[in-house]
Amino acid sequence: MCLETSVGPLKMKNPLMLASGVLDMTRGSMERFREAGAIVTKSVGMGERKGYGNPSVVELEHGLLNAMGLPNPGVDEYLKEIEGIDVQKIVGSIFGKDEHEFARVAKKIEVAVDAIEMNMSCPHAGSYGAGFPTDKISDAVSAVKESVNIPVFVKLGMENIGRRARAAEEGGADAIVAINTVRAMSIDIETAVPILSNKVGGYSGPAIKPIGVRCVYELSEEVDIPIIGVGGITTAEDVIEYMMAGASAVQIGTGVYYRGEKIFEEISKELREWLEAHEYGRIKDVIGAARA
Amino acid sequence: MPMRVHAIEKVVENTPIHKTFYFNDRECRNAEPGQFIMVWIPGVDEMPMSLSVIGKQQAVTVEAKGEGTKKMHEMKEGDKIGIRGPYGKGFSLSGEKKLFVAGGTGIAPLMPLIKMSGGKKTVILGARSSHLLLFEEELKSMDVELHISTDDGSEGHKGFVTDLLEEMADADKKFDVAYACGPEIMMRKVLDFCLENSIPMEASLERYMKCGIGICGSCAIDGYHVCRDGPVFESSILSKIEDFGRWKRDESGKKVEI
Repeated sequence: MCLETSVGPLKMKNPLMLASGVLDMTRGSMERFREAGAIVTKSVGMGERKGYGNPSVVELEHGLLNAMGLPNPGVDEYLKEIEGIDVQKIVGSIFGKDEHEFARVAKKIEVAVDAIEMNMSCPHAGSYGAGFPTDKISDAVSAVKESVNIPVFVKLGMENIGRRARAAEEGGADAIVAINTVRAMSIDIETAVPILSNKVGGYSGPAIKPIGVRCVYELSEEVDIPIIGVGGITTAEDVIEYMMAGASAVQIGTGVYYRGEKIFEEISKELREWLEAHEYGRIKDVIGAARA
Repeated sequence: MPMRVHAIEKVVENTPIHKTFYFNDRECRNAEPGQFIMVWIPGVDEMPMSLSVIGKQQAVTVEAKGEGTKKMHEMKEGDKIGIRGPYGKGFSLSGEKKLFVAGGTGIAPLMPLIKMSGGKKTVILGARSSHLLLFEEELKSMDVELHISTDDGSEGHKGFVTDLLEEMADADKKFDVAYACGPEIMMRKVLDFCLENSIPMEASLERYMKCGIGICGSCAIDGYHVCRDGPVFESSILSKIEDFGRWKRDESGKKVEI
């Protein structure tokens, strides 16, 4: 059973990517994911950022709430970390305050990665991420496209996703990554205090899977470029569901919390079994099956 | 594991810079010695702390060092803290003749281990000065051979705990296993000593931590994560970790010298 897939020009041996923000701070951490079709780096920017104080993670019944605050050592320092890394494929996640900064970071990281993922969706980082204005998306994507010669993906959150995806496509994006965590909050009622130091964070895990599936399904109507599905994937069945909705590949993040890093190897095996049992010759035949 | 919020049941002042905070959390009752919890000080900070007491009541022993731990020192019986965990891999109980090497606050996670383990126990306890020796009285009342070392010589050996290791090697003491916790430079020296003398060894490591549950990667040390692969690592792994005793990472993930 063939698990090979491609997202635009990026070919992968399986459709499972490690999502940005999970165990991708250091080379050693990332090299634990050699079974993944690709890994996406921590989001990096021009300068060093310490991120928010603790608590930065809240464990909830059906997922995780986090507000890390884009901690990263800055692209120059991070390059030392990832140069020569031994993984299947590596996608460099970047953030920036405007098109110039996005283009500069992209240009710097290009030498060490196979594709770029523009983070325009972190739900709790002010004007970075989801706060990046919709009317500036197209310009930012074209600026990045002009500065590099590798595929450029744009990661979007659920808010306004149709309009933002169209803008990314206009700018020349090679794929849309949907969705990021969902803006959320958790309050401790014993002390009447919001738990996260940033108060607001992003919700991930099984609870948001139906939202992600809906976004991917609707997006494949909105845009002609490929879509990478993310949000609450913990099993092979979840992967199939996202791909039937129209995703060409998927990303797994919080799933690592539930099943450990072996989740990639295990889901690959489960996917092969599922395809065989359901008489699909290859994973590519599943893409968009629910849209027929 | 979701967070539980508990009232502090008792606060004990151990030294001018150490306090022990007792609470009662069902999940922590059967924790392994060496495991840690994430302690939330509402509205202030959340920090990883090893359990220094395990049983019907549990506790963490805190050195007032940074903003969060200083705030914690202001907390009284009845004040509320949040707890996640216990997390990580603790110490393994093995061997007959055991050596425990502790520097400063490093004695805290070793205390439940010393209490739970049998056999012949030798403890080397070090601190900067006599009045900062943590759990000294408690150790004296236990069935252990206690050696003291202070940097300023105000009590016991003047110098470092690792000097005493050499003396013990000369005295030809044979240990089946060694456990260490304290400053990383100290633990590195204990590791080197144990490798030279073929003694299996375990050490509890500390790194800046955010999630505590193996997803954010802040506490990475080479390819290992202190929160999930540790905090206790055995010598066969420690000897392969290049960062050990040399490098740690700051909040941004940048490598800095220890």
